[in-house]
Amino acid sequence: MSSLQSLDIAARSATTTPPPQARRSVIEVAKLIDVSSCIGCKACQVACMQWNDLRDDVGTVGGSYDNPRDLTPQSWTVMRFSEVEPEKDKLEWLIRKDGCMHCEDPGCLKACPAPGAIVKYTNGIVDFISEHCIGCGYCVEGCPFDVPRISQKDNKAYKCSLCSDRVGVGLEPACVKACPTGAIRFGSKEDMLDFGAERIVDLKERGYANAGVYDPPGVGGTHVMYVLQHADRPELYHGLPADPKISPLVALWKGIAKPLALVAMAGAVLTGFFHYIKVGPIEAKEDADEGAPR
Amino acid sequence: MTRYIKRYEDGERINHWLIALLFLLAALSGLAFFHPSLYFFSAVLGGGPWARILHPFVGVLMFVAFVLLFAKFWRANRMTALDREWTRQAGPMLRGDKSQMPPVGKYNAGQKIVFWISAICLLVLLLTGFVFWRPYFAPAFPILLVRVAVLLHSVAALVLILAIIVHVYAAIWVRGTFRAMTRGTVSEGWARQNHPLWHQDMTGGR
Repeated sequence: MSSLQSLDIAARSATTTPPPQARRSVIEVAKLIDVSSCIGCKACQVACMQWNDLRDDVGTVGGSYDNPRDLTPQSWTVMRFSEVEPEKDKLEWLIRKDGCMHCEDPGCLKACPAPGAIVKYTNGIVDFISEHCIGCGYCVEGCPFDVPRISQKDNKAYKCSLCSDRVGVGLEPACVKACPTGAIRFGSKEDMLDFGAERIVDLKERGYANAGVYDPPGVGGTHVMYVLQHADRPELYHGLPADPKISPLVALWKGIAKPLALVAMAGAVLTGFFHYIKVGPIEAKEDADEGAPR
Repeated sequence: MTRYIKRYEDGERINHWLIALLFLLAALSGLAFFHPSLYFFSAVLGGGPWARILHPFVGVLMFVAFVLLFAKFWRANRMTALDREWTRQAGPMLRGDKSQMPPVGKYNAGQKIVFWISAICLLVLLLTGFVFWRPYFAPAFPILLVRVAVLLHSVAALVLILAIIVHVYAAIWVRGTFRAMTRGTVSEGWARQNHPLWHQDMTGGR
């Protein structure tokens, strides 16, 4: 939501020079969401609303417990309830807390054309700096997780900030604070991976042979990770992508196409200029030629 | 006295320069969203958010104006056998040797190619532009289509900008051309030299 001086910036949208680097690098943080411990109480959603001062409109029921039915500019996290049968006649209710994954290689930041409208802090949090947002929606095009939402009120993009304002002053995110079962944990990414590994051992003992931590390498890993009972099939969890990465179309558009296009345009102008210098203009026939025999 | 031949009516010239101005605004503001080093061009439409708001409207206006120009000139821009010969001889011409050039009508093959590239690019820009026009139309399209659209929009814009660079340079390179679009007339000498078949049509071969 806003830039914090206490958090150093590691990457800044639409900026081609390096960020300030004088201060020593800080530890990367991560949130670990243990789906197997979640009871679907939505305390995290309420805490998110309360801390970030967000109040969504009253929506409609869509036949599931999802409420609201989707992420919105006012709902930065939503519990996704999936009733699935991983094996025949074995019903499971998988509840995944959806929201920004805080990618190490954020597609939103790569696509954003407004300088400084999206930043990634050195601790790994990806934040939208709303006052710089121009409302183009390129972050939506860039995101592999379908997370950013553009407000119809102000045409700015919104998403989970991982409570960067809390983390910046040494607090845990509001959702972590509120979770009654300890399903949401927050700390250094290293510690979260260690803790996740312990949970995996436990889950495997309980018969979940394919339990694992969701930290997808296609986006360089994420700073929001899941413990999944069925890590081999993340799609079971309301379509969590199995191998998310920045779309090759976006990578081409906001990658090699940029320098190539600049070279092509500058090259065309320079070619014209030097062609004129070398060959010179095609002169129109002089007035005197008018009467001359042809 | 130099004799002048009418080449463009008042309305045609106004239409052309309207497109040119709209192109300038759309191209510069579009480049601002394309490359960070060109973001300052968003100032031509009043800064980031205003450029984002206005760019699509400027583009649609340009397309509408171009449709009028297209309706007026597409017949004269149809490719002929002589045009193929012209493109074969374009190399020596660019090196300064015009002796092998076949006679040209109202437009030479280079002008026709710029015309058709502009028409195709503007159509692609219009169609793809709607697909990611926020906040009005983008939410109605699936994300894959939106991603294809932003890429095609950029490619079409680049091709159009390159075509316009060629278009402007050709007008500077061939002396006496510019007044065709400013005053609407060209000298007989210019017409006889650069567009002899058109000169014949206009003067009856006098």
